[in-house]
Amino acid sequence: MLAASKQIFKPIGRAAYVFHRRWIKGITLSKIFLYLFMIALVVFTAAPIIFVASTAFKPLDELFLYPPRFFVMKPTFKNFGDLLIATDSSLVPFTRYLFNSVFTTVAIVLFSVIVTSMGAFIISKYKLPGMAFIFAVVISALMFPAQVTSIPTYFVISNLAILNTYWALILPKLAVPYNLFLVKQFMDQIPDQTLEAAKVDGANEWTMFWKIVMPYVKPAWMTVVIFSFIGNWNDFSSPLIYTTSEAMKTLPLAMLGVSNGTVGRMGAAAAGAFVTVMPSIVLFIILQRQVMDTMAHSGIKS
Amino acid sequence: MAGQTAVAASHPPAYGTRKRTGLVAHLKTHKIKYLMLAPFILLFFVFYIVPVASSIVLSFTYYNMLQPPRWIGLANYRLLFLEDDIFLIALKNTLAFAVVTGPLSYFLSFFFAWIINSLRFSNLFALAFYAPSITSTVALTVVWTYIFSGDRYGLINKFLIDFGLIDRPILWLSNPDYMLYVVMFVSLWMSMGAGFLVFLAGLRNVPSDLYEAGAIDGIKNKFQQMWMITLPLMKPQLLFGAVMSIVASFAVFDIAVALTGMPSANYAAHTIVSHLYDYAFIRFELGYASAISVVLFLLTFTLGRISMRMFSSSDE
Repeated sequence: MLAASKQIFKPIGRAAYVFHRRWIKGITLSKIFLYLFMIALVVFTAAPIIFVASTAFKPLDELFLYPPRFFVMKPTFKNFGDLLIATDSSLVPFTRYLFNSVFTTVAIVLFSVIVTSMGAFIISKYKLPGMAFIFAVVISALMFPAQVTSIPTYFVISNLAILNTYWALILPKLAVPYNLFLVKQFMDQIPDQTLEAAKVDGANEWTMFWKIVMPYVKPAWMTVVIFSFIGNWNDFSSPLIYTTSEAMKTLPLAMLGVSNGTVGRMGAAAAGAFVTVMPSIVLFIILQRQVMDTMAHSGIKS
Repeated sequence: MAGQTAVAASHPPAYGTRKRTGLVAHLKTHKIKYLMLAPFILLFFVFYIVPVASSIVLSFTYYNMLQPPRWIGLANYRLLFLEDDIFLIALKNTLAFAVVTGPLSYFLSFFFAWIINSLRFSNLFALAFYAPSITSTVALTVVWTYIFSGDRYGLINKFLIDFGLIDRPILWLSNPDYMLYVVMFVSLWMSMGAGFLVFLAGLRNVPSDLYEAGAIDGIKNKFQQMWMITLPLMKPQLLFGAVMSIVASFAVFDIAVALTGMPSANYAAHTIVSHLYDYAFIRFELGYASAISVVLFLLTFTLGRISMRMFSSSDE
């Protein structure tokens, strides 16, 4: 009997002890206040996004409720159907915008990772003539606001005769100085001996790049994946400038059209906002650990 | 292959044919390297260097896209600073962003990174903090226009009326007196993320034994610790964050347009980039627009150089 009760109570006592040690000990009033303050702040920064999510599922009567409610009471998928109908009456269906966004984003993410990493590898590891100069130019290019170059880029694109095509949306975004810089900082940390050893084994730069370098700097190019995804998914100026036909526009532009529409489209607009915002957040949650790893190496060493 | 390189390096080619063979040999030896570098350099040259260079040239011309550019010297710049009142408004608004939103977002993001780094569940807090900057400006405009809506259904107006602070709704997004502050507030909220992530990672990178050593050396409180240990070690990240926030605060455009329209009432939320957009893509006066973009580039570049100077340390 005693043994049995010991078997039951000992683990409970132990759990209570561990719980106390891990969670209760060291809690002071000022710490509680700090946490409450931070939680309030986080609620503030996250509120509009939660509001988008909740509004996207609101039925019509809740959308126009006065006073408005923050959370949805009777969730419905009707708004998403409305979104398809609302954009159906426009020139091209909503799915076309979605396709444009997905297609250009995937192409940019894939090719910018490869182009940037190859360039960063050569600049970081081989002292070819002019490398230092090229890197200095890339660093100063970090300070150009993208809009500064928007007019001349328009000319370049029109001279290449790729205006109003997918090329115009993809090509200018492949060689981003910020990404090159990030990846290069990481590649500087690959020990030279590793590459020397591979060279002795008869590997050339191309095989070394895919077999050794890319696995080593995985966090760095994962970060490039996130940045170029977010940068393109949310970009609203370059499709506005470089494309003219409605069939080439992307999601953010379509959203602008829907939210500028009549009041009756409030639900459709919220559903569209939801569709636009969620992919970035999901991707960020998945890749967050890699991002944190990379960012620590991203400071400009001057 | 390695032998060839060594020979080429130890006997620098002298003149004429030998120089030529040296160059050919060099290219042959490093063929794969140049091929791998080529795509980036090519794209960077075509989409960064060419646009910047041609922008500078066009800024000295009159060009409307129909007739070929005509050289007019400094006339665009003279017009810009002496006669274009709207540009001066845009400059004033942009500088307001650079002076208020830029530093504020910089310090707030550092401060919150510092606090969040010492909390439990810091990853969760980090996500919530970073969320605004990964979301699309335009998509969230739906929310902001609801919050700042000018009728009594708008969230802020409703609260202010309920608490009896105002008796009629305020037209947040169309009243020139409030517009700029609303845009500043929203862009502050959106811009904290990137700097915040860099700072958080930098803070995590500081070795903890340095703090213990500091405690032995007589560092008493958290602020002294921050000033003497953390900040010097975080210089690269601090510089990176500064450059990013300078660039971001000079480039405010799509938030302003999405919230207040283009052009905004009385140009109260007109920024340099709005002005640039107006002349380039609505009026098609490209020489003038180029002059605007050169001024913007010089502003950012100068501030970027200054912050590089400030953060680069001679004592390291």
